[in-house]
Amino acid sequence: MLELKVTSRLGTFELEAELDVADREVMVLVGESGSGKSTLLRCLAGLLRPDRGRIVMDGALWFDSERPAWLPAHERRVGVVGQDVALFPHLTAAENVAFGLRAQRTPATERRRRTAAALERLGIAALAARKPHQLSGGQQQRVAIARAIVLEPRLLLLDEPFSALDAASRRAIRAELRKLLDELSCATVYVTHSPAEALSFGECITVLEAGRVSQVGTREDLMRSPRSPYVAEFLGVNLFRGTLTAPEPRGAGGGARIALPQGELAIAECAGSGDTAIVVRPREITLALERPTGTARNVFEGAIEELVPEPPDGELVRVSLATQPPLIAEVTRQAVSALALAPGRRVFASFKAAGVAVVGEQDEPPLGA
Amino acid sequence: MAEVAVRSLRPSLARFGVLAASVLLLGFLALPFIGLLLRVSAGEVLARLARPVVIDALRLSFITSVAATAVVVVLGIPVAWLLATREFPGKRVVEVLVDLPVVLPPTVAGFALLMAFGRAGLGGRALAALGISLPFTTLGVVVAQVFMAVPFMVGPARASFASLDRKLLDAAATLRAREAFTFFHVALPLALPGLLAGVAMSGARALGEFGATITFAGNLPGTTQTMPLAVYVALQSDLDAAVALSVLLLVMAFGLLLGLRSAPAGSFWGRGDARAQGH
Repeated sequence: MLELKVTSRLGTFELEAELDVADREVMVLVGESGSGKSTLLRCLAGLLRPDRGRIVMDGALWFDSERPAWLPAHERRVGVVGQDVALFPHLTAAENVAFGLRAQRTPATERRRRTAAALERLGIAALAARKPHQLSGGQQQRVAIARAIVLEPRLLLLDEPFSALDAASRRAIRAELRKLLDELSCATVYVTHSPAEALSFGECITVLEAGRVSQVGTREDLMRSPRSPYVAEFLGVNLFRGTLTAPEPRGAGGGARIALPQGELAIAECAGSGDTAIVVRPREITLALERPTGTARNVFEGAIEELVPEPPDGELVRVSLATQPPLIAEVTRQAVSALALAPGRRVFASFKAAGVAVVGEQDEPPLGA
Repeated sequence: MAEVAVRSLRPSLARFGVLAASVLLLGFLALPFIGLLLRVSAGEVLARLARPVVIDALRLSFITSVAATAVVVVLGIPVAWLLATREFPGKRVVEVLVDLPVVLPPTVAGFALLMAFGRAGLGGRALAALGISLPFTTLGVVVAQVFMAVPFMVGPARASFASLDRKLLDAAATLRAREAFTFFHVALPLALPGLLAGVAMSGARALGEFGATITFAGNLPGTTQTMPLAVYVALQSDLDAAVALSVLLLVMAFGLLLGLRSAPAGSFWGRGDARAQGH
C-alpha cells in the first residue's frame, strides 16, 4: 500500500500531488508532457527529494518533511522501468538482471537461481549471455522488467515502458506485462501517454495536469464525467467546443442547444451559457441502418471511416463516423456483425440529449472529499 | 567580369593561406625530430643507451614516473568523480587548484614545493618529525611529478565521468546499489577509455617532468637525475648520450600518443561524444 502526498518546486514548476495505491493495484498516471509525471515518479523512486509532504509505503516512512525522514533510492524496495531501458551496456542480459542482487550481496547460488527464474519468466532465458546492443528493443525492455522484478519490489514504477517500441512488439509485451502484474503482489504506478494502455492496465486512473491531480477514478468514472477537456480527449470520447444558444421554449423538451463549428446538438438543460465544451460518450451512441424513429433528439447520418476493437478484451468496437460533427461510437461485436458494419457503409448515429455531458460540470462530489 | 574574377580568386587565396600555414607549422614541428633522428642510427642509439649514466637515469625515470602515476590515479580519480557528480561550495576554487599546475611555470611549482616541504616549510617540519625528508631525494622527484601530473589525470577522468549517462547511475540506485557499488561496477568500467587516456597523459607528464624536479629535488645522478635532467646535463658534456636519450624519449612519447589515437573508436574511446570529451 502506497500513500503519497507531496509538494515539489522545480524552478517555476510546482508539483502538488496526492496518490494512494493498494497492493496488487495498478494506478495509471496520465498527463501531458510537462504535467509533472516524471517528477512525481522521481520522488517515488527516491531520486528526487520533494520539498514537503509524506510518502508512506507499507507503513514505512519513505519521506516526511515534518520528521524529517528521507529514504534514498537504494534503500527503497522500488522497481523502475523507464521508456529509456537504461540497461548497463557493458553487462550481459543475465548480469544486468543480477546487478541488484549483487549490490545487495545476495549469495551466489541464490543469485543465480533468482536471475535464471526472472529471465525465464520474461521468456528471455536464451538471451542471457547477450549484451544489450545485441538485443532488439522489445528484448531489452524484457531485460529491464526482469531486472526490476527480480528484487521483488513493493512498488513498481513503469514510465511509458513501451513508447520506444514498434506497434507489434508493444502489443505482445503489453499482454505479457498485464499477466505479470496480476501475479506480482506489489503496488504499481503506470505512466502512459497511450489511452489504449491506460484502459488496459488501469483499475484506477489518475490524471495529472500542470502539476496537479485533476481527476482520479476508474475508466468508467472518467468516461462518464471527464473533468477537463484533456481527460475527454485522452479517453477518446467525443469532445466538442461550441456556443450554448438560448434554451428552447418549455414544452419542447426543456433542453438547450449548442452550436458547433460543424453542426448543432441538443443537450439537456444546462446552467451555463456562452462558450462551453461538451462530450458525447461513445456508448450513448446508437447505430442503425434506417433513420431512427425513437425519442433521440440528436440524429446524424454519415459513412463509417474505421472500426477498431476496444481493449482490454476486445468485446467492444469503436466506430469512427464521418458525420457532421464527426462522432465515435462504441458498440458490441454482435452489433457489428448484425448490422454488417464496415468502412464506407452509411449509418445513422443517434443519441439522447441527456447523453451529452458538459465538461467540468460536477455531477458528483469531488473524489477524496 | 570583375566580380567573377574576385569570386574565383578569393577561395583559391584562402586555400593557399591554409595550405601555407599547415606546411609551415607541420614543418616547424617535425624538423627538430627529423634533425635528431638523422644524427644517429638505431644501432648507435642502443649502444649509447648502455652507458651507466644513461642506465641510471632510465631506471630512475621508470620507477619515479610509475610511482607518481599510481599516486595520481589513486588520488585523482576520486576527486574527478566528486567534481563530476557533486555541487558544493568552493567547487570553483578546487577546480582552479587542480588545473593550476598546467599553467604554472614548473620552476615556480618546484620552488613552491621547496618552500612547503623544505626544512623550514610547514609540511617539511611535519615530515621531518616522521623522519622523512623530501627535497633532493628520489621521493622528492615523485612528489614533483605528482604535483605536475595531477591535472592530466583529473581532467579526462572528470570529463568521462560527466559524460556518463545519468540514467544508468539512477538505474543502479533504484536497483539498491550504494554509490560505492555504482562507482566500481558502472562508472569505472564505462568511463575506462577516458581514465586510460588520463593515465597515459599523466604518466607522460611525469616522465617528461623537468623544471619542478630540478628545482625541488635537484640533479643528483642515480638519486634525482631523471631522463629529462640527464639529457640537459649530457648536452653540455656528452652530446651523443643526449641524442640517444632524446631519441628514446621521443619514440616513447610518439608511440604513446599514436596508441591513444589509433585505438578503435568503439572499444577504447566508446562513442564519438566520449572522444570529443577526452580531448
